[in-house]
Amino acid sequence: MTSVAGRVRSVGPLVSRIAAALFGGYALAALASVAVLALPMSTPQAVLTGQLTSFVIYAAAVIWVFAVRSALRAWAGLLVVAAPLLLSAWSVW
Amino acid sequence: MKTDQQARPDGRGLRQSMSDLHTWVGLLLGWVLYAMFLTGTVSYFKDELSQWMRPELPAQSGVPDQAVVAQRVADELVTLVPGSPQWSLRLPDARNNSVYAFWRTAGAAPGQRGFGEGNFDPATGQTVSSRATLGGDFFYRFHFQFHYMPVVWGRWIAGIAAMFMLVAIVSGVITHKKIFVDFFTFRWGKGQRSWLDAHNALSVFGLPFHAMITYTGLVTLMALYMPWGQQAGIKTAADRQQLNAELSAFIQPGKPSGEAAPLASIEEMVRHAQERWGRDGVGRVTATHPGDAAARVAVARGDGGRVSMSPQYLEFEGTTGKLLAVHEGVGAAAETRGVLYALHLGRFSDSVTRWLYFLVSLAGTAMVGTGLVMWTVKRRQKLPDPARPHIGFHVVERLNIASIAGLSVAMAAFLWANRLLPETLADRANWEIHSFFIVWALTLLHGVLRPAKKAWVEQLWLAAALLALLPVLNAATTHRPFWRSLAEGDWVFIGMDLMCWALAALHAVLAVRTLRHQPKTRAARKPARETVNKPAGGAVLREG
Repeated sequence: MTSVAGRVRSVGPLVSRIAAALFGGYALAALASVAVLALPMSTPQAVLTGQLTSFVIYAAAVIWVFAVRSALRAWAGLLVVAAPLLLSAWSVW
Repeated sequence: MKTDQQARPDGRGLRQSMSDLHTWVGLLLGWVLYAMFLTGTVSYFKDELSQWMRPELPAQSGVPDQAVVAQRVADELVTLVPGSPQWSLRLPDARNNSVYAFWRTAGAAPGQRGFGEGNFDPATGQTVSSRATLGGDFFYRFHFQFHYMPVVWGRWIAGIAAMFMLVAIVSGVITHKKIFVDFFTFRWGKGQRSWLDAHNALSVFGLPFHAMITYTGLVTLMALYMPWGQQAGIKTAADRQQLNAELSAFIQPGKPSGEAAPLASIEEMVRHAQERWGRDGVGRVTATHPGDAAARVAVARGDGGRVSMSPQYLEFEGTTGKLLAVHEGVGAAAETRGVLYALHLGRFSDSVTRWLYFLVSLAGTAMVGTGLVMWTVKRRQKLPDPARPHIGFHVVERLNIASIAGLSVAMAAFLWANRLLPETLADRANWEIHSFFIVWALTLLHGVLRPAKKAWVEQLWLAAALLALLPVLNAATTHRPFWRSLAEGDWVFIGMDLMCWALAALHAVLAVRTLRHQPKTRAARKPARETVNKPAGGAVLREG
C-alpha cells in the first residue's frame, strides 16, 4: 500500500465521503429550501420554512454519508433524495 | 482515520463510524466552538456587563418612563444627525440604563460605512459621558462574527462551526448507546475514563439545550447561510418588503418628499404603545426620514414577557402622529423562526431563567472543553514516546491550552483594560479589544514555549488571579467598590464582583487538579488490547 495507487485507493473513499458530506449535504439542503416553494403556502412563509428545515436536512445528510457502508452508497443516497427535490425546485425557479 | 468499509475490519459498525465522525468533527472546529460557547455564555449577561463597563453611569433604580426618554433622545438626534434617513433607538428597560441608538448617515457615498451609533443618557438625552467602550457587546459580537475580519466572513465561520457542532451532537448521541446509564456513572481519578464521564455528564445534562442552542444559532443567520429559496422566490421589491415585514420591525426608508416638516410628538406615539404592551413593554422606536413630510415612525414591542422575536409594532405617520397600522401577527413559519430566535437569545428571561441559561450554557462550554482535552488524554497513552509526541498531538495540545485557559485570561484582561486604560486614550474602545487579542496571543506563545502541564497550571492560576483581583481593581479605580454596592443594593455591581470570585475559585480548583494530575503512561509501551485491530487514530471511544 505504499504505491500512489494504493494510497488513492485507501484515502480516496474517505475524501469522497468528506466531499459528499460538506458539499453534497449543503447542495441537498439548498435544493430542499428551494423545493419548498412548490408547496401550497405563501412565498415568504415557504422561504422561511425552507431555511428552517435546511439545517436539519444538512445534518441528516452528513450523518447518512458517514453511516452507510461505502462512499458510493453515500453519494447514491444523496442523489436519490435530490432527484424529486430537483423536479420540485425546477418547477418554481 | 479510516471510515471506509473496505479499510475496516468486520464488526466496525454504525457506532464506530459515528464515533470517528464525532471525534474529528468535534476537534476540527472545537477551538472556535469553545470560544463561541464561552463568549456566548457570558453574553446572557451582556447588558449587565455593559453597565459594569460604564461605571460612570449611575445604577438605575427603576425603569424611567420610556415615552419621555424616547422624546428626549429623538430631540437630541435632530441636532446630532440632521438629515439622517433613518434612526432607531433601543429604549431603557430593567437591564439597560442607557439608550442605544444607531442611524444611517445622510448622503453616505456607496461603499462607505453609512451607519453611526451611540449611547445616550435617559435622564438628559445627551450622549453618555462615560469611558469609550463596546461593553458586553464585544463578547456578544465576537460570539457570532469574531473580529479583525469582514463581518460576513466571521458569520460564515460561525455558521460552519455551528453546523459542525450540530453534526457532533447527533453523532455523539448515536455513539453513546447507553446514554442515560452513563449519566449516572462517574469514575473519579481514572484518567481517560473520568474525562469521558465528565464529557458525557455535561453533554447529557444539557443535551436538549445544546441541540436547541446550536440549531437556533443557525436560525438567527439563516438568511445568510441559505439564501437560495429567497433568491428563487422573492423577485420584486414588494415581495422583499413583504418578507421583511415578517422578520423585523425596522421599517425601511422609502422616498423622501423633499418637503421639510418636523416630527410629531414621539412621546405620544410611545404612550400609545405603552397602553398596549405595558409601561416598560416598548423596545424600540425607529423613524424614517425624520424632518421630512414623508416621515414614518415605528414603535416596536420589547423582547421581555414573550418567547418570540417576531416583529410587533405600531406604525405612525411621522408628521401627524396618526396611527397607520398595527402589526401584531406574522405567518406560521415566521412565528416559528421568531420563537427559535428568542430561545437562542433568551432575552425573554426573568433573572432565574437567565441564570439557568448561563449555567447550562457554561456546561456546554465545558462539554466542548472536556471533549478537546480528551482528544489528547486518549492519545497520550498510545504515543510511542510520550516525551516526544508527533506534531499533530503537539499542535492540538498547545491550541487547547491557549483556547481554553488562555481565553479565560484574555477575557479577564479585557475587563482589566476597561478599568486601566486612560479615558483620554485615542480610539480607547478599540484598545480594550486589542488588549484582549494581545493577551490571547501571548497565552498561545506561553503555551508553546512552556511544558504543557506547566502552561496549563500557570495560565489557570493567572486567570484565577486576574478574576479574583478584578473587584479589588474596581474598588481602587471607581467610586463603586464592593462595600458601597452592597450598602446601596446595586445588584449589577455586587453580582459582577461575586461572579468574578466564583469564577476565580473555579479556575483555582482546575489549576490545583491539573497540578496534581499524574498522566497514566504505563499503557504507552504496549498498545491496549482493544486497539490491536484498529487503524491508528480510529481508537474506540467507548467499548460497549
